[in-house]
Amino acid sequence: MRQSCRALDWGQGVPLPRDSGARGGSMSTCSVSKGCFVFKPNSKKRRISSTGDYFSEGKNDSEDSGLRFATCQLLWKQINSEMEKIQDELNKQLFDNLINFLRQSHSEFQTESTEWMCRMKSSEIPTAALVLGVNVTDHDLTFKSLSEVLQDSITPYVVSLQAKECPGIKHLLQKLMGQLMNCYVDVDDSEEEECVNISQKKMRCSMASLSQWYKDVTKKSGFETSSKKRTSSSRHWQSPPIVVIFKDMESFTTKVLQDFIVISSQHIHEIPLVLIFGIATSPMIIHRLLPHSVSSLLCIELFQSLSCKEHMATVIDKLLLTTQFPFKLSEKVLQVLINIFLYHDFSVQNFIKGFQLSVVEHFYSQPLSVLCCQLQEAKKRINSLSHNQCENIRSLPSFRRYVESQVSEKQIALLTEDNFLKEVTQTLLEDLNSYHENYFPVLRCLHVFTSSLPKYPLGKQIRELHCACLGKRVWETEEYGSAVQLMRMLAKAELVAILQKCVEIFTSSSGKQFSNTIEKMEEFLTRFQNLEVAETNDIQDVSVSSQNELQKKTDLYHLQKTLLELKESKRSKKLTKFEMLRFEVVDFIESLVRSYLTPAEMQTLNEVVYFNTANTLREHLNAAPRIALHTALNNPYCYLKNQTLKSDVGCISNTAPDICIAYKLHLECGRLINLVDWLEAFSTVVTAVEGKDLDSTATDQMDEIIHARFIRAVSELELLGFIKPSKQKTDHVARLTWGGC
Amino acid sequence: MPASSCLVIVRGRCRLSAMNQLEVKKSKVLEARFVADEDVLKHIADNGGVKVRKDRAQLALNVKKFVKKLENISDDDEAQEILEEQNYVAILGTCAEDSLRNGPNAGGGEIYSFQTPKRHGKMAELASELAQTPGKNVTFDSSQYPEKPASTPQNSKKCAASNKAQLKSKRNEFVSTTPYRLRKRLTAPSMHSDSESDYSASCSEEEEHKETRDVILDQKAPNKTRAAPTSKKAPAKKLKEEMTSNLVEEYFEAHSSSKVLTSDRTLQKLQKRKLDQQTLLVLLNKASPAFIAELKELNQQHESLFSKWMLQLHLGFSIVLYGLGSKRDLLEKFRTSLLQDSVHLVVNGFFPSITVRSILNSITEEVLDHVGTFRSPLDQLDLVVKRFNEDPSLELYLLIHNLDSKMLRGDKSQQILAQLASLPNIHLIASIDHINAPLMWDQAKQSLYNWLWFETTTFSPYLEETSYENSLLVQQSGSLALSSLVHVLHSLTPNARGIFRLLAQYHLENKDNPSYPGLSFQDFYQQCREAFLVNNDLTLRAQLTEFRDHKLIRTKRGTDGVEYLLIPVDNGTLTDFLEKEAEDM
Repeated sequence: MRQSCRALDWGQGVPLPRDSGARGGSMSTCSVSKGCFVFKPNSKKRRISSTGDYFSEGKNDSEDSGLRFATCQLLWKQINSEMEKIQDELNKQLFDNLINFLRQSHSEFQTESTEWMCRMKSSEIPTAALVLGVNVTDHDLTFKSLSEVLQDSITPYVVSLQAKECPGIKHLLQKLMGQLMNCYVDVDDSEEEECVNISQKKMRCSMASLSQWYKDVTKKSGFETSSKKRTSSSRHWQSPPIVVIFKDMESFTTKVLQDFIVISSQHIHEIPLVLIFGIATSPMIIHRLLPHSVSSLLCIELFQSLSCKEHMATVIDKLLLTTQFPFKLSEKVLQVLINIFLYHDFSVQNFIKGFQLSVVEHFYSQPLSVLCCQLQEAKKRINSLSHNQCENIRSLPSFRRYVESQVSEKQIALLTEDNFLKEVTQTLLEDLNSYHENYFPVLRCLHVFTSSLPKYPLGKQIRELHCACLGKRVWETEEYGSAVQLMRMLAKAELVAILQKCVEIFTSSSGKQFSNTIEKMEEFLTRFQNLEVAETNDIQDVSVSSQNELQKKTDLYHLQKTLLELKESKRSKKLTKFEMLRFEVVDFIESLVRSYLTPAEMQTLNEVVYFNTANTLREHLNAAPRIALHTALNNPYCYLKNQTLKSDVGCISNTAPDICIAYKLHLECGRLINLVDWLEAFSTVVTAVEGKDLDSTATDQMDEIIHARFIRAVSELELLGFIKPSKQKTDHVARLTWGGC
Repeated sequence: MPASSCLVIVRGRCRLSAMNQLEVKKSKVLEARFVADEDVLKHIADNGGVKVRKDRAQLALNVKKFVKKLENISDDDEAQEILEEQNYVAILGTCAEDSLRNGPNAGGGEIYSFQTPKRHGKMAELASELAQTPGKNVTFDSSQYPEKPASTPQNSKKCAASNKAQLKSKRNEFVSTTPYRLRKRLTAPSMHSDSESDYSASCSEEEEHKETRDVILDQKAPNKTRAAPTSKKAPAKKLKEEMTSNLVEEYFEAHSSSKVLTSDRTLQKLQKRKLDQQTLLVLLNKASPAFIAELKELNQQHESLFSKWMLQLHLGFSIVLYGLGSKRDLLEKFRTSLLQDSVHLVVNGFFPSITVRSILNSITEEVLDHVGTFRSPLDQLDLVVKRFNEDPSLELYLLIHNLDSKMLRGDKSQQILAQLASLPNIHLIASIDHINAPLMWDQAKQSLYNWLWFETTTFSPYLEETSYENSLLVQQSGSLALSSLVHVLHSLTPNARGIFRLLAQYHLENKDNPSYPGLSFQDFYQQCREAFLVNNDLTLRAQLTEFRDHKLIRTKRGTDGVEYLLIPVDNGTLTDFLEKEAEDM
């Protein structure tokens, strides 16, 4: 019906009113005939605007914005390169294994072709199943670096395929051939480029032509390597394997996959093919996707990548728990990012994206972030701060706290003299810097302790401990109390091991303040050593005697009695030397915690380096569009600060926008809504607002307008997806949401 | 027509006044309790249940009366109804003054309040309460909607019958004093298990929850005969616990049966003129806009973010705007103020025939000046990706209004758009409106898009976005269809016009027959012959082919193999057309 109506409006150009409306003239973007509008400014006018311009634009508080932006960019660049380094290190193990596998799989093809032939009689394709975990978004990066590594060390012929590009076997082969030809060109930057490109288009994409191509290429390159002596090609063997990567194995249609495997197994004698399956779930999926007849054509070896959690732990360790970068995340921000990671996607990439966003936000919104750089540089910058920036420092809450704690003359000086302020700021920044230098080693040390405790009262991961310490005084928390209690019960061997680790941590940290600490810990260690010698005899005596007693009496009653006695004696007994020492160690650790793990918010000038508006981050990364819609519809007062809209919780004023009223009314209905009833209810509400004393013509007019407003509200609700037209009954719409929301 | 609209207004006031009264008497009103059988038994133990039992007996009686009354109404002539209506209006008139004094604001808020736990009780209380005095309400009902029972006497009888049935199954029937509720009740012919709860207080505790969905009007209805509040003993805790599980049950119950219980009224009976797009716009322009200052302030807040958006677009993020209200004007403003000097592409996602292909075409043809065709969008995408990767100085801003529109929300479209967005020199800023829009994107797409979300609630009407939509009430194509009909037929011979008119008349004669298969070709030929319009069936066939080409008719083979002819135009348009034809003749 609807279609036919549309079909009827052929030809006769009854222009709809909006089309004739000269809104924006030639620049208009409304039309009944097209939906895309390209705007190309004159090349003269075209402005190459730099990102930095937008950084400073449109803000009232644009102190040092240029410098801030440069700092931001520099910092992000550093972080990014660090990230890449981490990434590479993490993948190294996996890639090495893969490369070994690839080398072995086709070494026979290389050396003795006859042997290869025999082995490949069974036409098995060597296959690497790469289990990468559920964080699909990170895979792309892994594959990218994998193919780079492979191209560098094994073969120029690396093809990566994605399921969405290969709906059929034809597409798959096309893609495969296309990428292969390009690789060839990349390696051999020669004049043949053109002819290869042309031939590729014309060439029928089949396995046969592929093998023909491979023959040609290997012959040629063999010839060329000897003549040209290109370094790049000499890295590869004479007949390098063709590696085909299926990036998302699960999403491929089984048919395509099966066909490809069957076909290529026929040609395995001619081309050394190796497959790599990227798997997000479990290796079992191979057998679920491929029937036995097909999977028997593969010679599968399994490779497991690092789990995303470990990956994340490394990233946090290297990016956040270090003094390398001046920028820091506050507890809440970190919590938001970690929650998104743990509860939404397990994606390290997204975590980094969030991190990037917080860097940008910090530098964008905090004028004092200009000081968020290395200490030396920051000191220089302090001297050139403007008066406004000094005022900005004065208005920092942490700085105010600091001022209040000073004597009155100094207070006045701080608040009035810019130069004095700058001096103080320098020392304060130094303090902040040394706070960080101390914080991280002590944090790691504490983590060594807490991670060996049963049930992990302060969390298993160092990030949890970090969050706990950043947010509040950790020693005042219950968890810390129980952790300390458990620490007091550690066995000697454990304690010694932990202490040794702590010594390592402190010695590797740069801070020289820890020389005392290290000494103290080493002293503890030697005392433990001595204890061992001294106490051996003692303890043995006691334990042997008690043990003998235990062995004598075998009935339950006596056993219990003896045990109780033993317990009594233990309780009353004076602490052994070991226990005393243990107490000492724990007390020492506690003193370290209390002096160094103070929450970051207590530090003066922490606002300079800490990004702490977790809300913006959450809004931008993990938004809740439905809640926003619901709030707007239910309580327009949240957005429109008009007193007439103010209403009790759960109620709505009848002056609210039309769509809110229509929405509210439709909530009262069941699955289907009668439009007439709805319209009537709507007009009842609306007329109540509009007033009554109109003569009949005016009422008619009013009616019409209300009708139109109702139509608009209903079609808006349809656009928003709350209702849809229903054919079940005339003039009815179906509700698409359920419940109060 | 004026009378009915007047009635509507007055009714509204009545509700309002009721509201006000309620507010005054809030302390007195109703500590709600639902009287289900179990509860009743408990109650008996406490307060002496004789009364309750009596009530139920009374109730049964009352409902019988009610049934009778309905039958009377259906037999009665209209005069009496009008009389009753007048009484009703008179009563309401007094209420209206009340409401005026208290200002308009009090009403709506109370009427359309949201679900609150309190309501369970109130509803039930009201139910039991009203059950004691149903007789009075019946007058209200009949006067309120005279046309209904009169026109469909069967309906009301059926309704009554089902009411009886409910009673038999030990259900307390409560009748509301509010017209809205009653209207629904009276016009509801079939009792559906879920919808029943709309007006029947069922005995089991579970069903109690359904009441929450009910129209709140009923609770607040004026009720001078309300009894003093009964002691509150409602198991509030229990209610909460059951709440979630019941919501689920409720859902499936509501969707389990295809039967739906709503009133049968149609817009045609209301004699509302169907508006076309143009009149709609004119009318809407007449309506005075509200909250201009607030809206402006809201918009200014959003506009202050423009440069931040630009910054973030440049840093490789894409921006998605969400929130109630059309974001089109905002984006347009963004475009005109910041993008004037750069290449940009605006995509109206709400445009009914937009496709990814057309977007890609605009990029390749107009931005990249590429000549040539592509086998598939994927090839096209490859080219775009290649070109943008090769030339880092190339920069494109992509503005998509309604990324979640029907045409673009498909998986493949989103995939392609996401891949476009992932290019470092294509900057995407888009808006979404649909409540389920975020479901379009899986993790992979989301990471390609690299979204940053911005809430931009503007409250501005979706004028442009909905203008394309073949909305339920806007018969935009209806007017077009009429003009097209006239157009086509004017170009035809008088005989051909006659043929079409014959078919149209036959069509209209049978409009009330739901199983009308169409006019069989043989019959039609016969009729045409009789009217001296054709002399052999070949001419008729030729003529019909012409109609079919213009989509004026459709042919369908019936089960008996006979060819049937149908006019795929709605009856209203057809009637208009015939009238117009008659004028012309």
